Amino acid sequence: MARPVQYNVKNEGGKAIHVADAPPGYTGEGFFTAKLSDVVGLARKNSIWPLPFATSCCGIEFMATMGSHYDLARFGAERVGFSPRQCDLLMVMGTIAKKMGPVLRQVYLQMAEPRWVLSMGACASSGGIFDTYSVLQGIDQIIPVDVYIPGCPPRPEAVLDGFIKIQELVGKESIRRRNGPQYKQLMESYGIQ
Amino acid sequence: MSLTNDTIKQRLVEKFGDQVSHFEEPYGLLTFEAPKEMNLKVMQFLFDDKELRFRFLTDLCAVHYPDNKGRELAVVYHLHNLVDNVRIRFKVYAAIETPDVFSATALYAASNWLERETYDFYGVNFIGHPNLKRILNVDEMDYFPLRKEFPLEDQTRIDKDDAMFGR
Repeated sequence: MARPVQYNVKNEGGKAIHVADAPPGYTGEGFFTAKLSDVVGLARKNSIWPLPFATSCCGIEFMATMGSHYDLARFGAERVGFSPRQCDLLMVMGTIAKKMGPVLRQVYLQMAEPRWVLSMGACASSGGIFDTYSVLQGIDQIIPVDVYIPGCPPRPEAVLDGFIKIQELVGKESIRRRNGPQYKQLMESYGIQ
Repeated sequence: MSLTNDTIKQRLVEKFGDQVSHFEEPYGLLTFEAPKEMNLKVMQFLFDDKELRFRFLTDLCAVHYPDNKGRELAVVYHLHNLVDNVRIRFKVYAAIETPDVFSATALYAASNWLERETYDFYGVNFIGHPNLKRILNVDEMDYFPLRKEFPLEDQTRIDKDDAMFGR
């Protein structure tokens, strides 16, 4: 028996399908010029390789986010890498114990620039309910964080929202940022390099 | 004949006399106490005796009683006779200034990690342990977190207002 397919079969109501705009530039016959940082940003933001660092229940929500219903692959993050050297985005999901801190820092150090960090859930962002002697009170004590997702655990929609925020950051980032004094100062404040 | 709590108590009193004391049976679990110097002798007897045969160490832990002057730290052994399926609980007390208790690793191999955990959280110094170092907490930790004088909350946080969190 054929299963009735209800969703996404046709564009009901004639809604315009949004296609990503080209970056501002100068078009002529057979060529197009734009700022290099715009083109690089566009390429980067739509092909992020996330590295999931999942330690507890937020990791389960992330699995739902990667699944077919929410489908993080729609945002160009199809390829979840488990090697820090190949990945661009460190997604820290779950409680980080103080004993796990040096491991997380080592994983961050092994990632190649440019790298971004997303802190998912109350525990990773602030220690959450675990205000106790054994739990790190927020991963920003040991590594810099770009986006925090609140929630305990956050729903997959919140993860997608955080991921889109990361994409905005990635797309708008100047290609010189990582060589700038401000970024170097940030790294030095964490004792990195 | 199955092994009853009365039989166990009788055998212990026959062997050790006044040294074993404070016999209780909360929820039917025979519980007793011995001086901390005696812990290995008592456990060896419980292990070797033909009738008692307590050859399985289920658990080992410590309790901190700060108001119990001179005997602040209790080390609790849970032993199991797997043949008759009988369990007992055995306690020794140590002063917090000298938390030295003989290690049971030679008798029960299972006590190796349990004693490391007890050392990690309560600072009980198990004499004769082959590798007495922290097992769960970070190596840099310089206190024993489950002793009552240390607050449970992480002291490095500055963003929490004490008044709002009931401290």
